[in-house]
Amino acid sequence: MTTQGRAVPQKAARPSFGKRYWPLLLLAAPLLWLGVLYLGSLLGLLGYSFYGVDDFTGQVVPQFTLSTFRQLVSTPSNIDVIARTTLMAAAVTLACAVIAFPLALYVARLTDPRKKALWVLLITLPLWASYLVRVYAWRLILAQEGVISWAAAKLHLTGVLDGLLSLPVIGGTSLANSYFGMFLVFVYVWLPYMILPIQAALERVPTSVTQASADLGARPAQTFWRITLPLALPGVAAGSIFTFSLTLGDYIIPGVVGAPGYFIGQMVYTQQGAAGNLPLAAAFSIVPIVIVGLYLAFVRRLGAFDAL
Amino acid sequence: MNAQPSTSLKLSAWLGAAFLHIPLLLIVLYAFTTEDRTYTFPPPGLTLKWFGVAFARTDMWEALWLSVRVALGATALALVLGGLAAAGMARSQFRGKSAVNLLLVLPIALPGIVTGLALLVSLRRAGLDAGTLTIIIGHATFCIVTVYNNVVARLRRLSPSQLEASADLGARPLQTFRYVLLPHLATALLAGGLLAFALSFDEVIVTTFTAGSQQTLPIWLYGELFKPRQRPVTNVVALLVMVVTLLPILLAQRLTQGTDAMNGAGKSS
Repeated sequence: MTTQGRAVPQKAARPSFGKRYWPLLLLAAPLLWLGVLYLGSLLGLLGYSFYGVDDFTGQVVPQFTLSTFRQLVSTPSNIDVIARTTLMAAAVTLACAVIAFPLALYVARLTDPRKKALWVLLITLPLWASYLVRVYAWRLILAQEGVISWAAAKLHLTGVLDGLLSLPVIGGTSLANSYFGMFLVFVYVWLPYMILPIQAALERVPTSVTQASADLGARPAQTFWRITLPLALPGVAAGSIFTFSLTLGDYIIPGVVGAPGYFIGQMVYTQQGAAGNLPLAAAFSIVPIVIVGLYLAFVRRLGAFDAL
Repeated sequence: MNAQPSTSLKLSAWLGAAFLHIPLLLIVLYAFTTEDRTYTFPPPGLTLKWFGVAFARTDMWEALWLSVRVALGATALALVLGGLAAAGMARSQFRGKSAVNLLLVLPIALPGIVTGLALLVSLRRAGLDAGTLTIIIGHATFCIVTVYNNVVARLRRLSPSQLEASADLGARPLQTFRYVLLPHLATALLAGGLLAFALSFDEVIVTTFTAGSQQTLPIWLYGELFKPRQRPVTNVVALLVMVVTLLPILLAQRLTQGTDAMNGAGKSS
């Protein structure tokens, strides 16, 4: 922004467009929509989280109080929900990074532009096929009579599958009712968001750097671990912002697959709807923003913002 | 990056691609299964009869019609607001420009539950009853950025000298807009509009907050997921939704091919 800011002479060169108020005039409508309607709504929501609910009538009391936040952090089940969601988001992010990296590396190393374009389409296409339908697809896959059980039986791995399901915490009566199943769905749904920034970061690694590494006698594995990976790390960090925050805010996937434990998104939805406690719903919706904010501060150090 | 990809790298890339696409292929397969109670794999047989059953459901058509109306309304609003924002931002410098940038991205950067709940609270305060209009308002909010991204990228590549030439040759500003600027932006606007349409057509999370008792097609589908008796219909509609969301995207991809990369990240949550 600052470097462009010096390009003032451009303005003088375009008298018809040069009027100072011109951009602001154009921006008036979008700014009214996003700045007043949307930002105003967000601030209103924030305000709601500082309201309380009358214990007897269940009505919202529009007076400043910290009692809603106190209730949020002092109820052990609420803390469980936050911890469960954050752990899931971390696990999903880690798995996405591990699966995405080789794919991104492969695509980044393709030299044929047509082949590369095809692979990029292959990666982005699932992103565009309806989100809800992709989640639904996993109900078919994870069902007891579904593809995974069938494949496990064919490969004589049913024992392994049963062993996995009998594990505490991540197991369950079937894959569709386990946290492991839910984890698979999250990884599947957000994976492209991890692949694309890593690929972009890898494309930016100059060939000369890896060549120099090889010329200086590094084995391919050494070049990878000491040159390519560190240089691609900002891409991983950028991708992790997506996978992490998307998992934190999601409430469809935990409703469709997985164990009965609540996630943050579901708490927000239930509190505003069935429970009718709008202030608590508002307070809960602030939680993912705060966690993502902390996470952003952390990944900023890895240079994620340069790779976005 | 001139090293030939090793076999293991190639293999893991293909495995990753298979992981991404097999679930989509299964959606196609299950729309034709003869099994109507369970998700048995492999399907015991294939049939077309569920398409007829699904198409006979009037509530499905109502939901589809609402989704189309909402997507058209949200796209129209997004085209106007996103186009104006792009025109205002493309070549101008002013204090607070980065703040405006942030504001444009915010609706897709924040979790859908936050946007949905925030809009619900203010629409309620404003006394607006949940309905088609409130759904459109919600969708337009996060669709603006896809149009903006596409148009702003195109405007940045448009040389200002073309507009100057038009003005020098005596064209009034409106003529320059109609005969120089608009043809230049046409495909960018179309691509952005198609992306906005797909984004709106597919959205569930914000919609659940702003729809009240109305059902868009994804909301309808979401409700069906919990009705085991309706599995064959669910399978068919899932395929339908997938196709309707994918087609505009592929078209947008075509339109922007060779010019700019398709701009506008998918937003799901």
